[in-house]
This record gives sequence, C-alpha cells and structure tokens, in this order.
Amino acid sequence: MKGLFIISGLGVLAMLAEIFKFKRALYPIVLIGILAAFVANFMEFNNNMSIEPFNNMIRFDNIALAFSSVILITAFLWFILSNDYFNSETSLADHFSLVLFAITGALMLTAYSNMTTLFLGIEILSIPLYVLAASKKDDIKSNEAGFKYLIMGSFASAFLLFGIALIYGATGTFDVLLIRAKINTGTMPMFMYAGVIMMLVAMCFKVSAAPFHFWAPDVYEGSPTVITALMSTIVKTAAFAAFMRLFLIGFGGISDTWGMVLACIIALSLIISNVTAAAQTSVKRMLAYSSISHAAFMLMAILAVHAKFSVSSILYYTLAYSIGSIASFTVLYNVSKDGDETFDSFNGLAKRNPMIALGMLISMLSLAGIPVTAGFFAKYFIFTTLITSPYKWLLIVAVLTSCVGAYYYFKVVIAMYFKKSDKHEPVAFEMSHAMLLAITAALTILLGLMPDFIVGML
Amino acid sequence: MLTGFLILFPLIAALILFFIKGEGAKKVALIFSAVEFGFALMAYVWFRNNTMDALTINCNWVQSLGIKFAVGLDGISLLMVLLTTFLVPLIILSSFQTTYDKPNSFYGLILLMQSALIGVFVANDGFLFYVFWELALIPIYFICLLWGGENRAKITFKFFVYTLFGSLFMLIGLIFLYNHTGLDTGIKSWAINDLYAAGRSLTESQQTFVFWTIFIAFAIKMPIFPLHTWQPDTYVTAPTQGTMMLSGIMLKMGTFGLIKWLLPVVPLALEKWGGVAIGFAVVGIIYASCIAIVQKDYKRLIAYSSIAHVGLIAAGILSANQQGVQGGVIQMMSHGINVVGLFLIADILMRHTGTRDITKLGGIRSMNGQFGVLFLIIMLGAVALPLTNGFVGEFLLINGVFQFSAWMGALAALTIILGAVYMLRSYQAIMLGEKKSNEVTFGSLADTDKAVLIIVCIAVVAFGVYPKPLNDLAEPAVKALLMNLK
Repeated sequence: MKGLFIISGLGVLAMLAEIFKFKRALYPIVLIGILAAFVANFMEFNNNMSIEPFNNMIRFDNIALAFSSVILITAFLWFILSNDYFNSETSLADHFSLVLFAITGALMLTAYSNMTTLFLGIEILSIPLYVLAASKKDDIKSNEAGFKYLIMGSFASAFLLFGIALIYGATGTFDVLLIRAKINTGTMPMFMYAGVIMMLVAMCFKVSAAPFHFWAPDVYEGSPTVITALMSTIVKTAAFAAFMRLFLIGFGGISDTWGMVLACIIALSLIISNVTAAAQTSVKRMLAYSSISHAAFMLMAILAVHAKFSVSSILYYTLAYSIGSIASFTVLYNVSKDGDETFDSFNGLAKRNPMIALGMLISMLSLAGIPVTAGFFAKYFIFTTLITSPYKWLLIVAVLTSCVGAYYYFKVVIAMYFKKSDKHEPVAFEMSHAMLLAITAALTILLGLMPDFIVGML
Repeated sequence: MLTGFLILFPLIAALILFFIKGEGAKKVALIFSAVEFGFALMAYVWFRNNTMDALTINCNWVQSLGIKFAVGLDGISLLMVLLTTFLVPLIILSSFQTTYDKPNSFYGLILLMQSALIGVFVANDGFLFYVFWELALIPIYFICLLWGGENRAKITFKFFVYTLFGSLFMLIGLIFLYNHTGLDTGIKSWAINDLYAAGRSLTESQQTFVFWTIFIAFAIKMPIFPLHTWQPDTYVTAPTQGTMMLSGIMLKMGTFGLIKWLLPVVPLALEKWGGVAIGFAVVGIIYASCIAIVQKDYKRLIAYSSIAHVGLIAAGILSANQQGVQGGVIQMMSHGINVVGLFLIADILMRHTGTRDITKLGGIRSMNGQFGVLFLIIMLGAVALPLTNGFVGEFLLINGVFQFSAWMGALAALTIILGAVYMLRSYQAIMLGEKKSNEVTFGSLADTDKAVLIIVCIAVVAFGVYPKPLNDLAEPAVKALLMNLK
C-alpha cells in the first residue's frame, strides 16, 4: 500500500519539477523513490492487514505485494535503461510523470479487489501509455502507434465496462470476492456468462493475445524503443496480475464456461505469434510477436485454475520474462541507434563488443527457455501446472511453437556470433547500460539456479 | 562425491581454458581430459571395491518441487562415463593436426560438453537428467556453428530444433510422471525410483503417452528412422571433432536413456508398443545401410552406417531381455570407439588427399602400408568380425532381437551383411587397386594421428578378445534392471 502512495507521490512531484526547477535532480529522486517503494512493499509482506482501505476497493495481500515487487524491480531496471530518453527529451518532467502514473496504474492492477478499481487501474495505466507511444512527435510511425493504441485500447475498455455491467447486473456487486461467493452458491443468469466472456475478450486485448493482438506489433514497432520495453514488461506484468486475480479468484468457480474459449485463444496466440515472429526481419517486431507468445504461455497458468502453483508460476514467469526483455531491449536500443532494427544490425556483435553479445546471448537463451536460465524454469512451471488441467493438448502446441521460438531467438545469436559485419568499430555502450546487462544476466542465471526463492514466496 | 567431481572437473577445466590464449589451449585441454580419465578409472576401482557411498551425492536443489542434485553410478552408467572420459582425450588428440580459429573456445566447449554428458549418465534425478540433457546440446551447437563446414548455419539449426523438439516432449513425459509420484504421501519427487514407481502405477494408456513422449526425444538423439533426417548433414558439416563428440558420445545419451529412463518406467506400454518401436529401428537399419552402400562421400557413408548401428542397438534394448540390453550396452562402447576411429580416418583422408570422395581415391595402401593396416583393423571392428569388439555386442544384440521375434531378428541381422558390403567396398575403393590420379600422394601419418589410431586399434582387438571387464560391469546392472521390469 505504501509503495502505491510513494509512486503516485513521485508522479505528482515530477509534475512540479518543471515549475520549481529541479529537473536535474529528478532522475536520482525517482530511482531512490522506486527503491523506497520496493522496501516499503517488502516490509508489508506477510504482514496481513486487518483493515482494508477505501471500503474494500483495494487490497494488498501477499500476491499483490509479490507482483508489485516484480513491477518495481522492472521499473528500476527500466529507468536505468531509459536514462538517455530522459536526458534528450525537452519535456522531461512530463515524461517522468507519465511513466510514474502508468506504474501507479500497474500497481493498482495487482491489488484491486473491486471491479471499479480494476477499471480505474487499467485506465490510469493506459492513458499515459497512449501519450508515451506517440512521444516521438515528429515521427509518423510513433504517431500512428499512439493513435492505434488509443483506438484499440478504448475499444477494449468498452468491452471491459460492458462486461462489468453485465456481471453487476447478475450478482449485484462489484467486489471480486463477493462475486466469487455468489457464483459458488447459486445458478447465474445467462447474461452473467456473456459478461465473463466480454471481460475475457477485454483482458485478452490488454495482454495482446490472438486474435486481439493486431495492434501490438505496430504499436511496439512505432513507439520509441524504451517505451516498447515499458509496454512489454511492466504493462504485461500488471495486466497479468489483473487477469489472474479476476479469473483465478473471481471466476474460478465457473472455469468450465471460459476455459475452452481461453484454451483456443492460447493455441491461436501461440501459433500465430511464433510463426509470424519467425518471418520477421526487424528484431523489434520479432520481440513484439515473441511477447504475444509469452503472454500465451502465462495464460496457460490461468487456464490451470485449480493447480497449486498456478499463481506462483505466473509470478515467476513475469519476473523471468521482464528481466529477459529488459536485457534484450537494452541491447537493441544501443545496437539500433542508427535506426537499423533488423537482424543484420546484430551482425558480428560478438566481435564488436563481446560482453554485450554475451549479455544478449543469456537473455535470448532465457527467452527461448534453455536450462539453466530463468526462462527455462518459467516454462517448466507452466508445464507442471497445465498438465494437471483438462487442457493437456495445449502442451503439444506449446512444445511445437517453443521450437519455432528457439528458431528466431537463435537467429539473433547466429547473427551476433556467426555473421560478418561490414562495420568493425566497437559498439559504444554506456557504463550504466553495461551494468544493467550484467545485473540482468546475473539475475537470469541466479533465478535459474534458485527458483525456490520466488516460488516459495507465495 | 567422486561422481560430482567428475562433472565438476571438466567444467572448471573449460572455464580455465576460456582464459588461455593461443595454440597452447589444445595441450592444456588434452592434459585436463587425461586427468579426467584418471578420475574415471579411480571411480571404476572404487566401484569394484563397493565403496558406493563415496560415489553418490544426494542433496536438495529445489526443495519445494522435490528436485534433488542426486548422482550416482551403476554398472551401465559407469561404462558410459568410462567411454566418455576415454574418448574425449582421443578426440582432442585427433585435432592436433588441425588448426582451429580461437582454440581456447573450441576446446573449452568440448570440455563443457563432456561435463554435461557425464551429468546425463550419472543423474539419478529426473529433473537433473533433463537439465544435463539440454545443457549438452548448447556446446555442440556452437561447435558445429562456429567451426563447421559449408551451409553450417542452416544445417546446425535443423539439428538444434530437432533435438529441442524432442527434449520438450520428454519434459512433458517426465512432468507427467512427476505429477503421479507421491499420490499416497502427497510429497512429489523427481528421484528416479519414485519416477519408476509412478510409471508402473499408471494405466496402459497413460503409459503409452509417457512411452511415446519420452521415446521421441531418445529416437531423435540416436537417431532412429524416420527422425534421422538431421543426422547425415550435421555429421558431414560439423568439424571432425564435433562429429566425433556427436556420434561417439552424444548418440549414446539416447540409447542410455532408453535403458535407464524408459524401459523400467513403462513396462505395460513397452509390451504393447515395443514391437512398433523395434520395427522403426529395423527399418532404419536396412534403409541406412542401403543408402550407405551408394554413398560416395566417406564421411557421409560413416554417418549412415552410424544410423544402422544405432538402430540395432535400439532394437536390442527395446526387446528388453538380458542379451538384448547387455549387448546394447557393450555395443554402445564398441560403436563409440570404432566410430571415432572411422571419422578420424575420414579426416586424415581429407587432409592428405583433399577429398573424401571414394571414387576419386585408390591405392593408398601401396603408398602407406601402416595406415592400411590400422584402417583395416578399425574397419573390421565396425563390420563386427569375430575377435573384434564389434562382434561381441552385435552378436548379443541380434540374439536379443531374435528372442523377441524371429522375423525382426532375421531382418536386423541383415545389418551384418549390408555392413560388410559398404565397409569392405569403401575400403577396397579407397585403399586397394590403382591410384586414380597421379596428383594424389599420401605421405606418412602424423604422430598424433598414429597414436589415436593405434589406441583405437588396441581397444578394438582387446575388447574383442577379452570382453569380460565390460560384461562384468554390464551384466549385474542389466539383470537388476530387468528384475525391475517384472
């Protein structure tokens, strides 16, 4: 709870920075603030709150705190990645506050216990992102990305609202726990199920699962690289925390009605994303499609409603995926400074900067799910949860598409280690980015060696 | 503890190697691998003296999931460890005449792979087995990719995706088993005995699911028809040492897996589907032998012969009787040794004459009689002539398959005839007859090549005449395993 206050406070502070002229000090303040929020979060862990603030609107239980912590860690890493972005932009304070407000929304999404908070969280998260996606004002692609994101996002929000309304009509409450209780006690009118499916569609929009994924590649490609990194890590984590709370806790009792729909969505996402990713020439677009595929993997844990580990496996997956993504976006950002985002821009990176290539290699191995990286255990946990569910056939699809996944991740590896580049000068890398890569690589290996640490938390 | 050290030592050696610059790396790698062989021999002695406590490790890794770092040795895994540690120094020695770019990484990767391979052979925990299984793939992928021949990116990639595909299926099978452990106690575990028990408690249809998911992984690794299409290209494209690692040792992961991680787990499914699997293996034997007969590239010929040999090993193991499995274990040793010798011969031919095309070669024996003799001995080992090491294993294998089904046995026995055809034919074409072109000269062998070939020849003859040490290790282990099956 205190973490949420700190982050929203930071957002307000960032807006004031322009007026009171402490723009230069803002960057360290934000970093320290995020750390403070993380520590505050940590202190609240296992410290069950008896009073639920704001009339049960929001509830920071252990699950919420764990997901918030993942978001805060990722946010910290993300701010290190994007120091350039904040140095060069003129309207610096606005960007800071937009990002911080997006993170506020993300934190709300991990902890809501009421549908209205869910809606507020999603809007608080999304609206700054619409602006940030379009923040390269003179770039037509960036503008297109922002516009597309806005249209599609509003569309999804409409679905969400409609679903909430129908469910409210059936149960007479917005409270997730009360809805769960109502569902478990009696039969529900048909339109309640329609509401559930509408919410499912809306959430699938937000996590960019197929066939609601069409906005994602264009938005990811058009946005500035650091914003893409933000969208594919923090936003994803938050959306999954929300998705999970809604469907595991709220609608867990009627998983028969939405299970098959979700299973089809997952299968479709896996196939479409991986096959399309394999055909990409731009690394950024490849990462966009790969993020759809990872979303499908996380959805599998939601599908296995009754599995013991399904919450902790999503938690682990979000962390592993966020770290891997941040690392790959860091490298991409530096390699593609001249605007070339194709696989060719990675050619010969192993010669031009061996340490960076190593960092990228580890993150690619992790995203592909090769032991002993974090990504491997993430996939492993998903498999173990899913195998207890009735949707075992999805495993076959998951395995087949994982192999396709290995193909495009290794394309980067091949380019780095195998292809010759016409450029020979070493790739310049800022000290902070090199440190960031070292941290992510170490975390990836560490999480892979000691997965107990995260899984044992919940 | 020693078993853990056997895994750790090559790993440390590899890390040290990465920091050594220049050509000295190969010598350092050779010394490290020789020392490792010494440790393996020590393990052998301890094993014979029954100091088992000193050879096992059993400690927690991921407690909440029942994953342990459990390693240990039985007769079969000890033989595999001995094979691995015996071959790696030979493989490194065989590379002394070739200069590789960035030798430190090359030899480092070989030792890294050795570490993972030993891990596969000694793991007593299903999860650990899977992790080592996957880890063994990464170094060889890079060896093939960075030092391979033409078209390597595409071919290596096919190999990688193929094996990854199999591994993931195996993971599903293993997780399925894991989920059925501890149904009465509620404590899930990856320990091998718990997985065995879980597997046997399954119904026939569940066992069938486990059988095929795990079998695919092993079948791809070996490879068994029709999952072999990655193999010839990969073997030909990989650098000689990579090919040797692949065919000499890595292939044995699959056959070893059959023995330890499939047979005892799913007896019912084996009874029902074993015949079909043997059928695939036998078809592969005949198919690969026929293709080998018409091959012109000697390296590709050996690659196909390897499919035929491993098909027979798999058929013998899947017949699940004493002769078959024991023959499989012994033939794994013999095939490993022989195939390293054969691939070195292919490499020597390439280096001395510039071609591996057997239609362009001829009359080499008259230019270098010594090479002719060494080649002949190794080739006869591969043909499985009595008194060579190949004979002991193949005899037991065919006997085993014959007990399973007379028809299958008869078809599998064709491998001996067909094997003799392509091996003798190629020997004749390369070594005997007239020189095909006047430009080809064949000087004396380099000392290191000669040393490797002589060691291989000694092994071929020694184990052919006196296979008792191998049998002594394999027999009780196989007996214990088959007792489990009933």
